[in-house]
Amino acid sequence: MYIHPDNLQRYTVGVLVDNEPGVLSRVSGLFSRRGFNIESLAVGPTQDREVSRITIVVLGDDAHIEQLVQQLYKLICVQKVQVMQQRNAVERQLLLVKVKAGIAEREGLMRLVDIFKAKVLDVTKSSMVLQITGDNDKIAALMKLLEDYGILELVRTGVVALERGENVMSSDIFD
Amino acid sequence: MKLNGAAILIECLIEQGVGTVFGFPGGAVLPIYDELYKRQDRINHVLTAHEQHAGHAADGYARASGKTGVCIATSGPGATNLVTPIATAYMDSTPVVFITGNVPQSLMGTDSFQEADISGMTMPVTKHNYLVTSVEKLAQIIREAFYIASNGRPGPVLIDIPKDVQIAETEYEPVSGEALIPRLSMKHPTAQLRPEGEALERYKTKAEPRLEQAAQLIAEAHRPLIYCGGGVTLSGAQSELIALAERADAPVVSSLMGLGAVPATNDRMLGMLGMHGTHAANIAMQRCDLLIAVGVRFSDRALGNAAAFAPNAKVLHIDIDRAEINKNVSTTLHITGDARVVLELLLARVSQKHHGQWMQQARSMMEDYLSDELFEPRKILRAMASLAPQMTVATDVGQHQMWTAQHFPFLLPRQLITSGGLGTMGFGLGAAMGAAASDPQGRPVALITGDGSFRMNLTELSTIAYYNIPVIVVIFNNGTLGMVRQWQTLFFGHRYSQTTLDRGPDFVKLAEAYGLSGTRVNTMEAFTQAFGKAYAEGRPCIIECMLDIDEMVAPMVAPGSPIDSFCLN
Repeated sequence: MYIHPDNLQRYTVGVLVDNEPGVLSRVSGLFSRRGFNIESLAVGPTQDREVSRITIVVLGDDAHIEQLVQQLYKLICVQKVQVMQQRNAVERQLLLVKVKAGIAEREGLMRLVDIFKAKVLDVTKSSMVLQITGDNDKIAALMKLLEDYGILELVRTGVVALERGENVMSSDIFD
Repeated sequence: MKLNGAAILIECLIEQGVGTVFGFPGGAVLPIYDELYKRQDRINHVLTAHEQHAGHAADGYARASGKTGVCIATSGPGATNLVTPIATAYMDSTPVVFITGNVPQSLMGTDSFQEADISGMTMPVTKHNYLVTSVEKLAQIIREAFYIASNGRPGPVLIDIPKDVQIAETEYEPVSGEALIPRLSMKHPTAQLRPEGEALERYKTKAEPRLEQAAQLIAEAHRPLIYCGGGVTLSGAQSELIALAERADAPVVSSLMGLGAVPATNDRMLGMLGMHGTHAANIAMQRCDLLIAVGVRFSDRALGNAAAFAPNAKVLHIDIDRAEINKNVSTTLHITGDARVVLELLLARVSQKHHGQWMQQARSMMEDYLSDELFEPRKILRAMASLAPQMTVATDVGQHQMWTAQHFPFLLPRQLITSGGLGTMGFGLGAAMGAAASDPQGRPVALITGDGSFRMNLTELSTIAYYNIPVIVVIFNNGTLGMVRQWQTLFFGHRYSQTTLDRGPDFVKLAEAYGLSGTRVNTMEAFTQAFGKAYAEGRPCIIECMLDIDEMVAPMVAPGSPIDSFCLN
């Protein structure tokens, strides 16, 4: 499905799947062959050993998302799909970043660590590894500032999200 | 009782009522073939010459009978040879269970001899697939596979069984009835069976508002048109569909897969829609003000230019697969569900309408395309139909397929066996063989094929000859890949790149080589005589019809054009 880049929106989709081999490949395969545009994908087990939860951030429009949800439901391993409303969901991702940091830079970096509520995981004479959690904007802001110091390496988990309130994930079955 | 995996597989096939399977043995399925040998009193195995055609045969068996087809192949190349038939069944929603052997799990992932990751390869073209990792799970998986293949929107399911799982033993308890329905059943909306009892009541309550709105749309329409697809045949909704057409006083058009659900002889039937649709069907589509689409997926071959499709119509879409709604065409209203259930519920809410003028207008666009030529495809097809109007007809893919769809007046659902979605050349002979094998009365099945397509599957002549499967092979031999040539004529300046088939074989001699009778004909008289004889004898044979190389399929709409803008009349 082709969509003009100007009409792309960002959707966060939660998917509960059977926790068995091959499931991630079924889900990611569906996305690539149907031409859905994944920005990030995070997966992990849940409190129920038989169920895993996948959070997918996808770019598209409303018609695209309707199609995506319906196609996901056709996978036998998919139990529930929910499109999160951004205002009604909390989203986080985690970033580990290794920056160049000699004695001269350490002070400035520590100030950034403070401001962004980041953590220092490792320090050497010439480098630091920082950990930060937050939404996309916060992580992007920190990365921009760290560029001045020189980013050696970084890794991010992809977005995970939960809806606010006591409700748990319900099936987003389009009628 | 303690059985090994291979024996459990065979017992589970018997549980499912499987009487015939198609396949080809090999190293990784030896234990399975050993059990088949022991249980040959219960399961009939048809050995094909190539796994691909065993797959198409299982597909043809399912299409003709409505039962789930079964195909068995070995690991590696045996399994990869099934990819085309699996994709073919997937595109046309046919229930087939494909069973492959694989190397023992201890060798998996080491690029061992005849190892292929067939479950990985077939994920995109199966409704679901399994790699069985322990014998304890095997029986449950087979029951699930049959359930998934045949419920909701049907489709192929693959079970890959490593050799060590076939050999390992475990306790097996035969089950029947309710116990055959796996636990997963109702979890997935698209896996739902035709609802009954309590489930039907729940469905009614849920669908009620949409049914009311649908009835309202029909009440307000002046030029309603029904678009009938393969889903009508799959759900057995043909009577309900005709009843709705009568109640709404609407003409009917059909997709390729929907042909036969409404008999071609029905006054309301305008024929096939789309690229090679009839004038009446395509023009009615562009003029209607309400399109009632039942069991269709709005394929691009039916739509032409999607943006210009049915420009004046509100669209009411009824389909069992929610993912088909708003996929290719935006709908005004949709009802998700089994076509027969939905139409039954809808009929109760629709009152008798009268659109005499619209019906007359639609009917008046019906034309007959018989040409002046003495020996040509349309006449051959009419002659076949007049001799055997209810005969099951399989096709390959190309011009002969479109001619068959246009000119053989199909009267029954499941009468036409054709690869619609994937368009698989080489589908026909296997599929015809499977269709014939599914008929308890052993009536002959016609295969209408082209010289191009037939060269892709003629190896199966040995199979129909050996088992005496009554397939009458009618080859439309025009010495070319006719449909590609037609496009080269129309869109590529008559540059016939690699489409001329001036290279044999001699199909009559070929038939003889397999111990079959072969007849070459080039007059209607000779054809009628040869076909009449073949039909009466009910034995496999070949009738080769020599046709003109430049014969074209008309009408035609160029790809991407609005469907009322014909480039060939």
